[in-house]
Amino acid sequence: MLVYDKRKLMETDQDRIINDVTSGDYKYGFYTDIETEKIPRGLNEDTVRLISEKKEEPEWLLEFRLKSFRQWQNMKMPSWANLKIPEIDYQDIIYYAAPRQKPRVNSLDDIDPELKRTFDRLGIPLEEQKHLSGVAVDAVMDSVSVKTTFRETLAEMGIIFCSFSEAVREFPELVRRYMGSVVPYTDNFFAALNSAVFSDGSFCYVPKGIRCPMELSTYFRINSANTGQFERTLLVADEESYVSYLEGCTAPMRDENQLHAAVVEIIAEKNAEVKYSTVQNWYPGDKDGNGGIFNFVTKRGLCRGEGSKISWTQVETGSAITWKYPSCILRGDNSTGEFYSVAVTNNHQQADTGTKMIHIGRNTKSTIVSKGISAGYGQNSYRGLVKVLKNAKDARNFSQCDSLLLGDKCGAHTFPYLEVDNQSAIVEHEATTSKIGEDQIFYCNQRGISTEDAIGLIVNGYAREVINKLPMEFAVEAQKLLQISLEGSVG
Amino acid sequence: MAVNSELTELYSGIYTDNIRRIREGSTSFLNAFRDAAFDRFTTLGIPTRKNENYKYTNLDLFFRHNYKTYFIPDESDFVKAEEFRCDITDLDTHGVVLLNGFYPTINGKIRTLPGEILIGSLNEASRRFPDLVERHYGKYAKSNSDGLVHLNTAMASDGVFVHVPQGSHLNKPVQVINLVDSTEDVFNQHRNLIIVDDNADLTIIICDHTLSPQKFLTNAVTEIYVGENARFNIIRVQNEHNNACKVTHTFIHQGRNSYSSSNNLTLHGGLVRNNTYHFLGGEGAESSSFGLYLSDKWQHVDNLVSVEHAFPNCTSNQLFKGVLDEMSTGAFNGRIFVDPKAQGTLAYQKNNNILLTDDAKMYTKPQLEIYADDVKCSHGATVGQLDENALFYLQSRGIDKREAKLLLMLGFAHEVIQNIGVEALRERIDNLVMQRLKGELSRCASCMVKCG
Amino acid sequence: MLVIKNLHAAIEGKKILRGISLEVKPGEIHAIMGPNGSGKSTLAAVLAGRDLAEVTEGSVTYFGRNLLEMAPEDRSREGIFLGFQYPIEIPGVSMVNFLKTAVNEHRKYKGLEPLSASDFLRIMREKKELVDIDSKLANRSVNEGFSGGEKKKNEIFQMAMLEPKLAILDETDSGLDIDALRVVANGVNKLKRPDNSAIVITHYQRLLDYIVPDVVHVLYDGRIVKSAGKELALELEEKGYDWIKKEVDNQN
Repeated sequence: MLVYDKRKLMETDQDRIINDVTSGDYKYGFYTDIETEKIPRGLNEDTVRLISEKKEEPEWLLEFRLKSFRQWQNMKMPSWANLKIPEIDYQDIIYYAAPRQKPRVNSLDDIDPELKRTFDRLGIPLEEQKHLSGVAVDAVMDSVSVKTTFRETLAEMGIIFCSFSEAVREFPELVRRYMGSVVPYTDNFFAALNSAVFSDGSFCYVPKGIRCPMELSTYFRINSANTGQFERTLLVADEESYVSYLEGCTAPMRDENQLHAAVVEIIAEKNAEVKYSTVQNWYPGDKDGNGGIFNFVTKRGLCRGEGSKISWTQVETGSAITWKYPSCILRGDNSTGEFYSVAVTNNHQQADTGTKMIHIGRNTKSTIVSKGISAGYGQNSYRGLVKVLKNAKDARNFSQCDSLLLGDKCGAHTFPYLEVDNQSAIVEHEATTSKIGEDQIFYCNQRGISTEDAIGLIVNGYAREVINKLPMEFAVEAQKLLQISLEGSVG
Repeated sequence: MAVNSELTELYSGIYTDNIRRIREGSTSFLNAFRDAAFDRFTTLGIPTRKNENYKYTNLDLFFRHNYKTYFIPDESDFVKAEEFRCDITDLDTHGVVLLNGFYPTINGKIRTLPGEILIGSLNEASRRFPDLVERHYGKYAKSNSDGLVHLNTAMASDGVFVHVPQGSHLNKPVQVINLVDSTEDVFNQHRNLIIVDDNADLTIIICDHTLSPQKFLTNAVTEIYVGENARFNIIRVQNEHNNACKVTHTFIHQGRNSYSSSNNLTLHGGLVRNNTYHFLGGEGAESSSFGLYLSDKWQHVDNLVSVEHAFPNCTSNQLFKGVLDEMSTGAFNGRIFVDPKAQGTLAYQKNNNILLTDDAKMYTKPQLEIYADDVKCSHGATVGQLDENALFYLQSRGIDKREAKLLLMLGFAHEVIQNIGVEALRERIDNLVMQRLKGELSRCASCMVKCG
Repeated sequence: MLVIKNLHAAIEGKKILRGISLEVKPGEIHAIMGPNGSGKSTLAAVLAGRDLAEVTEGSVTYFGRNLLEMAPEDRSREGIFLGFQYPIEIPGVSMVNFLKTAVNEHRKYKGLEPLSASDFLRIMREKKELVDIDSKLANRSVNEGFSGGEKKKNEIFQMAMLEPKLAILDETDSGLDIDALRVVANGVNKLKRPDNSAIVITHYQRLLDYIVPDVVHVLYDGRIVKSAGKELALELEEKGYDWIKKEVDNQN
C-alpha cells in the first residue's frame, strides 16, 4: 500500500525555497577603498560649526544649523512607531565624511577614477554619454555630492539642478526662501538633527512654464564606516512646470547599524506637477538581523499653488529599519496628492511607513495605495493620516492599503487615521491582509511554473499598481529588486 | 504614559478620603483588589489626549468637576427606582434596576430563576457565592494603558451579577436598567460580572437613563465570561442627557467554539466613551461587535473596540456606523490583533460615517496588527455623505428629497440595528432612530429632563 | 499513457475516492460523469497534484512513471493540463506575462531556448484565433474580472498554448450558455491530435454532443460503477443518475 503525504513534501519544499530566498544576496554591499576626510565622532555645537566651516557656508546657514541643533537637544527620539529601535548613541557617529578630491569639480577628469568605478558598479555612470538618455544624475557619496550630470544642458532651459552645497553658494536667495518652509527644523527629532548637521544633497528649481525634459535623479551612497548620512533635498517647481525626480540609494554591508536621516522638501506652485520616485535599497542587514541602515526620513511636499500636484512613489526594499512618511500638504485649491508605496520587509527588517494627506484647500484630492509585503521575521506597518480641515470643501480621499504575508513568523499592521472636519468630504479607506494564495500558486504550478517563479509573478502582480507609477527604466529595476528581496520566501 | 496629573490627584484624593467607607460597604474579597488597582491608577492616571487611545476624546470637560460620590446606597432612593418602568411595551424581560450604580434591596438582593440562573447584586454575590465570583472577578478587566479601569477596580462596590450555569438558558433576555437620579452631581462607578458557563446561553440588554438634570459621570466596568460552546449577546441602549458623561469598559472573554455579540446603540448622551474588548480565548470562537451612534449639539461619542485573536480558527466582525449632526463629534478606534498562533483567523472591521453639517467632525482609526500569516483580515472606513445617486434614484421615483434622505439614513442605520436579536427591541430602536433622525426626538426617550 | 489502479484518496480524513481504476490510451477521450459529490473533481485534483486530497492507497502511472511522486509543475511540463472548474484570479499578473513564463518553463524543461517576445506574441495570436477568444483578454490580469464564460474560454486558450498530451477538463461546461459551450467544445476539438488524450469531467451530457467520447464512466460514491460507450451518456441524460444509484446501492 502506498501512503503518500503530499502536504509534507510541499512543506519541506517550501522551507527550502524560503531559505533560498531569505539568504538572497545584497548585490551592492561592496566598499570602495578611497581616501576619505572625516571629522571626529561626536556631536556638539563645535561639530555643527565645523561642518558649516568645511562647507564654507554663509552666516545665515550656520545660524539655521545652530538653532536646529539647540532644538534637537531638547527633543526626544519618537517612540510611537511600531518599531523596535536599539539605543542609538548619537555621540558615536561621524557626522561628516567626504571622499578627498579637489574642492570644485569642473570636469570628469578631476574625479577620482576609483569613485567613477564605484558609481559604474552601481550602474550609475558619471559620464553623460554613457548614461541612460534622458536621466540627469546627482551622485552623492557619504557627505558630499560627487558629480551632477547634464547640469549645463538643463541650465539652458533655466532649470537648476545641482548639489545642495552649490545651490547655497550660487542661489542663496532661492535656498533661503524655501529651505525649512515645508519641513521646519522644529518638525521632529530627525528633521531637527538633519537641519543641524546635513551635509549635502540635491537642489532643483524648475522655472515657470518649463517641463523638465529628462528625469532628474539623485543617487545616494553611504561608503564610510561609522558615518551617518544626512542629506537634504529641496525641489521647487514654479508655476505651470513639471518635473519627475528619482532617488536611489545603497550602502556597503557592515555588521554595525548606520544612521540615515534625510529631509526632502518639495514646493509645487500653481498648476505645477512633481513626481518623486524612490527606489530605496539601503543595506538591510544580514539574515540574522545584524547591521543595516536605520532609515529615518522626513519627506514632505507642499502643493502651494492652485491646481498643483505632488505624487510620491516609493519602492522600499532595503534598510534594517524604515521610518518614513512622505506627505502632501494640499493648500492650493484643486491640488492633488498621491502616495504609491511598496514596502518589503524580509528577515529581521522593520518598516513603519505611510503618508499624511492634509487637505486645506477646496476641492483637493488625494490617493493612497500602499502594498506591504512581509516575509521571514519582517514587521511591516502602514501608518497614514488623512486630515480634512474645516475649509477643505469637497475634499476627496481614497486609500487602499494591502498587506501580503509570506511565512508565519512575520507581521503586517495597518494604522490609518482619518480626521474629517468637513461634511462635504468623502474619505474612504480600505485594507486587506492575507497570505499569498495557495490556489494561485497551484494554478501557476499546473501551468508548469515553479513555486518560486509563481511567487515572483504573484508578488509583482500584487505590486503592479505601484510599480507602474515609476518611470519606465526604473520600473524594470524595481521589479527585479522585488524579486531578489523575496525570492522563494513562502511558507 | 501621558497622565493628567491634576485630575489624577483629584480622583486619588476621592479614593484616599473614602477608602475606609468603601471597604466597610464591601466584602473582603472585593477589597483585596483595591490597593494594587489604586497603585496602577496612580501610575496610569486619568487619560489625556496624549494617550493614543484617547487621542480624540477630551475627558477634562466632565472629569474636572466636584461630584458627589456614593459608597453606600441610600435606601430611600430605591422607591423611585422601583417605580421606573421601561416604556417598551412588548419587551418581555427579566428586569433589574441599578440606581446610581447600586442594586436595590427591595426584592432581595439575588434572584434565582429556573435553571439555577442567578441575577442580582455583585456585592451580595461576593458574600453568598464567593467561589463563583473569585473564579472570574478581576480576571478579564485588565488594561496597560487605561487608568480608568483600575480606578473602577479600586473603588467599585456594587453592580449586576449574572450567572448562567452549564447548559442553562433563559426564555427571555435579562434587562438591566441603569438609572442615575440625584439632587446632586454624581460620580458613579459600578461593576458588573456576567458568567455564562459552558453550553449556556444569555442575552442581556443594558439601558442607560438619566432621571434628573444634574451633571453625571459614570465609569463602569463589565466583565463577561463566555464558556465553551456558550452563546452570549449584550445590547446597550444609551439614552442619557447632554450633561451626562458615560465611560464604559466591557471585557468579553470567550472560550472554545463560543459566540458573542455586542451592540452599542448610542442614541443620546453628552460624552460617551465605550471601550469594548473581545478576547477570543479558545479555538473556533466567534465574536461580533456592532455599534450605532447618532449625535447632535455638542455631543461626543467615541467607541474603542479591540478584538484579540489568541487562538486558531476564530472569526470576528466589527461594524460601527455613525450619523453626526450639528457640532457633534465622533471617534472610532478599532483594533484587530492576531497572535502568531492564531492561524486561520478571519477578521473584518468596518466603520462608516455620515456628516450632516459643516461643523460635525469624525475621527476614525481602524487598525490591524497581524502576526500570523494564514489569515484573512480586512477593514474599511468611510466618512462622507449620503450617496447622491441613490438620492436621485429615490427622487426620480417621486419621493421628495427630505424623505429620500431620511430613508437612506434609516437604511444606513438599519445595517447595525438588524443585528439586534430581540425583536421588540429591534423595532423599538428602528422607531427611535427614525424619530431621532426626523428631529422629533431632541431629547432622550422616557426622559423628563429637558437638556437640549 | 495513464494507468490508475485502485486509487483511494481522502480529504481531511474523509474518504472521497474508494478504489478507482482506469486506463487512458493515446488518442482516447474519456468522459467521467456522475452526480454531485461523487468525487469527480477530487480525481482531477489528485491527477494534477493539488495537495488538498491525500492519496491513501493505489497507484497512478503516467508513461510508465509514478505520477504521484511528481511535483505539480513537472506534471504540467510532462504534458498534463487541468482545465479548472473554478479558474483562479491572479490580480496584477497579465495573461501575456503569465503564459510567457509558463510556455518558456515548458521549453526549458524540454531543453529548448525560450521564445523571443515576437515569436511568443505571434503564437499567441494564432492560438487566440483558433479558440476564438477575445484578444482583449490577453491584456488583462489572469482571470481577474472575467465572466464565467470568459474564464472557461481562457482555460481552453491556455490549453492551446501549452499543447498537452493529456487534458483533464473539470466541468468545463458548467456555467456556460450554449454559445460559449460551443466555442469551448470547438476549441477542444480543434486541438485534438491522434496521439493526445482527454478526460472530460462533466455532470451533464450536453458537452458530449460536441466532444464525442470513446468511453463514458460513471463515478458514484468514489468508485467507477459503470463504463460503456458514448451511448451511456444519452441514457444518463434520459434517466438521470437515480437508477445507477439504486443499482449500486442494491449491490451493497
